[in-house]
Amino acid sequence: MIITTSKPFEEVLKQLEGEDKVFIIGCGLCSTTCETGGEEQVAEMKTKLEAEGKTVTGTIVYDEVCHELNTKRKFRENKEAVESADGFLVMTCGAGCQSVRESTEKGVHPANNTVFLGNILRQGNFTEKCSLCGDCVLEDFGAICPVTRCHKGILNGPCGGTDEGKCETDKEKDCGWTLIYNQLEKMGKLDRFQRIYGLKNWQASMKPGRVIFEKKGEGGE
Amino acid sequence: MEKHVKPGIKEIMESGTFLVSGEIGPPKGTDIDEMIEHIDLLKDKVHAMNITDNQSSVMRYPSLGTALIILEHGGEPNLQVTCRDRNRLAIEADLLFAYTRGVRSVLCLTGDSVPVGDHKEAKAVFDCESVQLLQLIRNMEEGKDSGGNELKGGVEFYKGAIVTPEAHPIEPQMLKFAKKIEAGAQWFQTQAVYDMDNFKRFMEKARKIDDKVKICAGLVLLTSMGAIKYMNANVPGVFVPDNLVQEMADAPKGEALNTGIRIMARQIRQCIDEKLCDGVHIMAIGKEGVVPQILDEAGVDISKM
Ligand code: SF4
Ligand code: SF4
Repeated sequence: MIITTSKPFEEVLKQLEGEDKVFIIGCGLCSTTCETGGEEQVAEMKTKLEAEGKTVTGTIVYDEVCHELNTKRKFRENKEAVESADGFLVMTCGAGCQSVRESTEKGVHPANNTVFLGNILRQGNFTEKCSLCGDCVLEDFGAICPVTRCHKGILNGPCGGTDEGKCETDKEKDCGWTLIYNQLEKMGKLDRFQRIYGLKNWQASMKPGRVIFEKKGEGGE
Repeated sequence: MEKHVKPGIKEIMESGTFLVSGEIGPPKGTDIDEMIEHIDLLKDKVHAMNITDNQSSVMRYPSLGTALIILEHGGEPNLQVTCRDRNRLAIEADLLFAYTRGVRSVLCLTGDSVPVGDHKEAKAVFDCESVQLLQLIRNMEEGKDSGGNELKGGVEFYKGAIVTPEAHPIEPQMLKFAKKIEAGAQWFQTQAVYDMDNFKRFMEKARKIDDKVKICAGLVLLTSMGAIKYMNANVPGVFVPDNLVQEMADAPKGEALNTGIRIMARQIRQCIDEKLCDGVHIMAIGKEGVVPQILDEAGVDISKM
């Protein structure tokens, strides 16, 4: 899931300067789980903006704001409210926000900061375990990612800063490399730890990433 | 190409001489007078001087520039290279330059993390890390850059690395130590060791892994009780044992530094007399001026080694 946090309300207000009529968009998936753009937060935002003298021409929360065709369709369905707005406040991740950009030339403003691809430990408790490097090495490390769970993303064992299993950057955070070592030891696979990993290809998924399925069944199947 | 005034670290190590090295911490700014004083003071007292590379992620005068100054002044530099601030292209380019100016010894480090330093919001690089850096240099020595392209004129460095005897747990560190040797490390400096018994145990483990690789004990000068408390609480992999804490605490007022000097002199002597390791690396952190005094007290004169 994509983890987002809310921008301070003052920052949101500043973005909306000069745009008095606002349409608010939330997302039924990630931002709902993160409580940064679900029904509740969108309603709250509407109240707060109105208290600041803004007119909210409409609000809408739907699944996959990042789905660009879907977003275009939602724009058509809400034509009137959308057309009367000066700008859009998008309470989703950055991808959702840019999906909205594809549907309008008006002001599009992010209400959130997009932080990471996260695992849900429990509601309201998220942690990053994968940073989408495009060349997954989990198999070699007991399914614990050194690229993400080691602060330095290093591939050949702990740095000298690890202490009692914690990271030099934060005593509250596990040292990813201690986790990997313990896991491989449990599995009897320390030989993987002993292997030297050469330079990683950091361009395996070159920005901006793109994946296109080969067209299946074309010509009738 | 710069001429070497002195034998390099490699020659010293290979001749079996006990290596005594010091450290130069470049200043934060262009006023390099004091650093040059330290270089002049140390150059005949130690075999070589390490130059820290934006140590503790604090931006400073560059290690490569300092290495050249040391050469100009007739000293022998040991260039520290960390992977935090430069990607593989920049590191390779720096190494080519260093080689053509006479740098022959490189200490390969991953580098501290950015948030521990004074540029907390900087983008960290870590394109590679210590083990990969050792490999990268070995490839360059074989005439290839890390992109697999031919070099017109190669390099040849005495490749050093770091190991942390006080790390907990120690097992992953020892595995990484072995990897560093496999990747090309020819010699090691340890992170600060204070507990000599623990250091002996570490050396036994290390010798079991490889009995030929050269290992120098890293000794950090104790300057005050405050410094000890800070290190024990904040510096990972550094641990000052109770007996030394007590010795420092018992020092009469104004005698803390002298006590620290005495402790280090004793440790150096012990390393030599008991043949614990192949050399010592003295880290005086800002108190470089007392290094000659430490060596005097330890009865070490490199011109007679
Ligand atoms: S190796 Fe790359 S793709 Fe695999 S979990 Fe780590 S960051 Fe994600
Ligand atoms: S302490 Fe562990 S997690 Fe933190 S940077 Fe070092 S190896 Fe990585």
